[in-house]
Amino acid sequence: MRTLVALLCGIFLVPGIATAQAPDPVQDQIKKLEERVRVLEAEVQSLKAAQAATPPVAQPSESIMATPPAASQAPITAPSPGGTQLPVYGGPSAMAKVFNPDIGVIGNFIGATGRNRINPLRSLSLQESEVSLQAIVDPYARADFFLAFGEEGVEVEEGYVTFPALPGGFVAKVGKMRAAFGRVNTFHNHTLPWVDRPLATFNLLGGSLEEADVGIKDAGLSVSRILPSAAGIFLETTGEVYRGDSGTLFHSSRRSDISVVGHLKAYRDFTESTNVELGGSYARGHNDLGSAFLTNLYGVDATLRWRPLRRAIYHSFAARTELFWSRREEVANTQRAFGFFGSAEYQLGRRWFLGGRYDWSERARNATEHDSSGSFVLTYWPSEFSQIRGQLRRTRYAEGQTANELLFQFLFTVGAHGAHPF
Amino acid sequence: MTRRFEGNRFVALLLILALALAAVGPLQTQAASKLKIVTSTADLAALAAEVGGDRIEAESIARGYQDPHFVEAKPSFLLKLRRADLLILVGLQLEIGWLPPLITQCGNPRIQVGASGYFDASQYAEILEIPTQVVTRAMGDVHPFGNPHYWLDPENGRRVARGLAMKLAEMRPEDAAYFDQRFQAFSQRIADAEKAWDEKMKAYRGIKVVTYHRSWPNLARRFGLNVVGYVEPRAGIPPSPAHLVELIALMKRENVKVILVEPYFDLKTPQSVGQQTGAQVVVLLPSVGGEKEVTDYFKLFDYDVNLLVRAFQAAR
Repeated sequence: MRTLVALLCGIFLVPGIATAQAPDPVQDQIKKLEERVRVLEAEVQSLKAAQAATPPVAQPSESIMATPPAASQAPITAPSPGGTQLPVYGGPSAMAKVFNPDIGVIGNFIGATGRNRINPLRSLSLQESEVSLQAIVDPYARADFFLAFGEEGVEVEEGYVTFPALPGGFVAKVGKMRAAFGRVNTFHNHTLPWVDRPLATFNLLGGSLEEADVGIKDAGLSVSRILPSAAGIFLETTGEVYRGDSGTLFHSSRRSDISVVGHLKAYRDFTESTNVELGGSYARGHNDLGSAFLTNLYGVDATLRWRPLRRAIYHSFAARTELFWSRREEVANTQRAFGFFGSAEYQLGRRWFLGGRYDWSERARNATEHDSSGSFVLTYWPSEFSQIRGQLRRTRYAEGQTANELLFQFLFTVGAHGAHPF
Repeated sequence: MTRRFEGNRFVALLLILALALAAVGPLQTQAASKLKIVTSTADLAALAAEVGGDRIEAESIARGYQDPHFVEAKPSFLLKLRRADLLILVGLQLEIGWLPPLITQCGNPRIQVGASGYFDASQYAEILEIPTQVVTRAMGDVHPFGNPHYWLDPENGRRVARGLAMKLAEMRPEDAAYFDQRFQAFSQRIADAEKAWDEKMKAYRGIKVVTYHRSWPNLARRFGLNVVGYVEPRAGIPPSPAHLVELIALMKRENVKVILVEPYFDLKTPQSVGQQTGAQVVVLLPSVGGEKEVTDYFKLFDYDVNLLVRAFQAAR
């Protein structure tokens, strides 16, 4: 097993690094600087010629006057060894900060009213503060860290390095990450179109009352590649190998108890405004009963989106569904559970969104029990950087109890948070 | 033991699948004849076409009538990017909300940040509104490196085209003379067109206008328009009633009779302001392709200048 994993890593990573090392970054930089000098020289000549030929431009407005006339971007040059000043290494220069990663923090404050005796949220809580640190590592890789500060402690929600320039069109990620199982599993909490995660992800993808951020996430290796396909259809396959520990879903009792995830995504634009995405997923890992017991998961997802380009910031619609099948081996038998959700969101205006979701799911550990839930969601965006959301949720639990709740959420972003994949 | 064997077999299957995919080889075929160029906006594609002529194929991700700040990073764009020899972007964080994940996911080493096929056009342009004070989000969706709508000055079009000609010559040295000749011809045509545009606009230098978003500082400076206010209270922030009251008072005080709006903003609010101030709302195009007839960089300025002249004539 170890040999195979090592071989897998070697095949994907070594050629990429070897190939990627071919271009000399210093030579590239010199070329760029030479090119820049040529442009500036040509610019000076053209300005000199234009100065005599063209009439002076009229005085611009005050607001324009207040701005500097042009960008002033001095190239970063190394200190001259023959110069009179000694170079300052690690000094408190402002330029030293340019290599710092982009840092962002997203606060996710959640409140709940109503009664829920089965899976209650706290009345008020800063459920998660997600700190993101993102930067390019070197010419061959970039790194992304997402640290989730909860009320109970800190967790590396994701922390991985991405190699986007491998030969053969492969893109590899190494680290801890959310697995490419379905669509919603890859979403961070703050990108969900609801306050909570669907019941099916809680029941079948390793939910726990102690952990708000459910789903398959683990330390491992992910490799994806866009596949050849007929015109206009996007096909992408992803294969992932993980240590085998993910919430209450997978448990690794020994090193060989790895888990694997596979995902195939198909996407097509119907028009410039409308598109559809279909996906199929598979995951397999050892469960908490021991190395001899496996849990297999199968998933199908579909998303339909509409967003008119001329009014993209005002109106949009998205409908999505995911279906999950769980096969959990136990001592006496295999629990075969099924769950799904369907949801839709419509953007009413630049700041307002209205949506709904229906959930139905059996329980992975006892498939004879099932829960169901329905929600209405109203979202308001004061700006791109903050969001206020209310969700009216009615849940019927297998225990026979019904919970009517109003969940509300305040999301706020500071700093530079990188864009999320589509 | 059986399960362990099954685990090994599954990983081996994954390995075989990966190797099979690798054997398919790179999807991109290096077209010997034409360089494949993908641009973030239609304006950059138009400039690339001016310089590259029939030696390139240029296509844009964003459409001319689309807000370039808010493009969805759709997987279909990955198909374009993975075949590209050169990616040209506006830069200055205009595309920060959608282009970085596309670059990372496309699996094309040629256009990664810092690679030879990554071309940030802002490096060649004159940039306005570079903040001179501490920037915070209290200012709205402010661009900390300056206003990214720089292509709306034809002089910047010329500068970017010159940089592109050099980049294309570097990528295809055998066609360097061709690209240089194309650039020189473009530069001459721009100079001629500028004379015509200046002639049309010279009677309106200093005229006061209000714009919806801060999309027009380069155009305003080039043609001497005086932007006295904005429909947005701050960049990217929708107008509030209090701001609109202030704006209406300002427009009445300054006798502003023209409101410039980008085609992707709702006209209801500007029209309401126009009704209360007697100003006309003009949907000015910030990009090539904003209307069907605006098919190149020259037609963009032809369209906008003619529209402005008509609006200013009517306002007098």
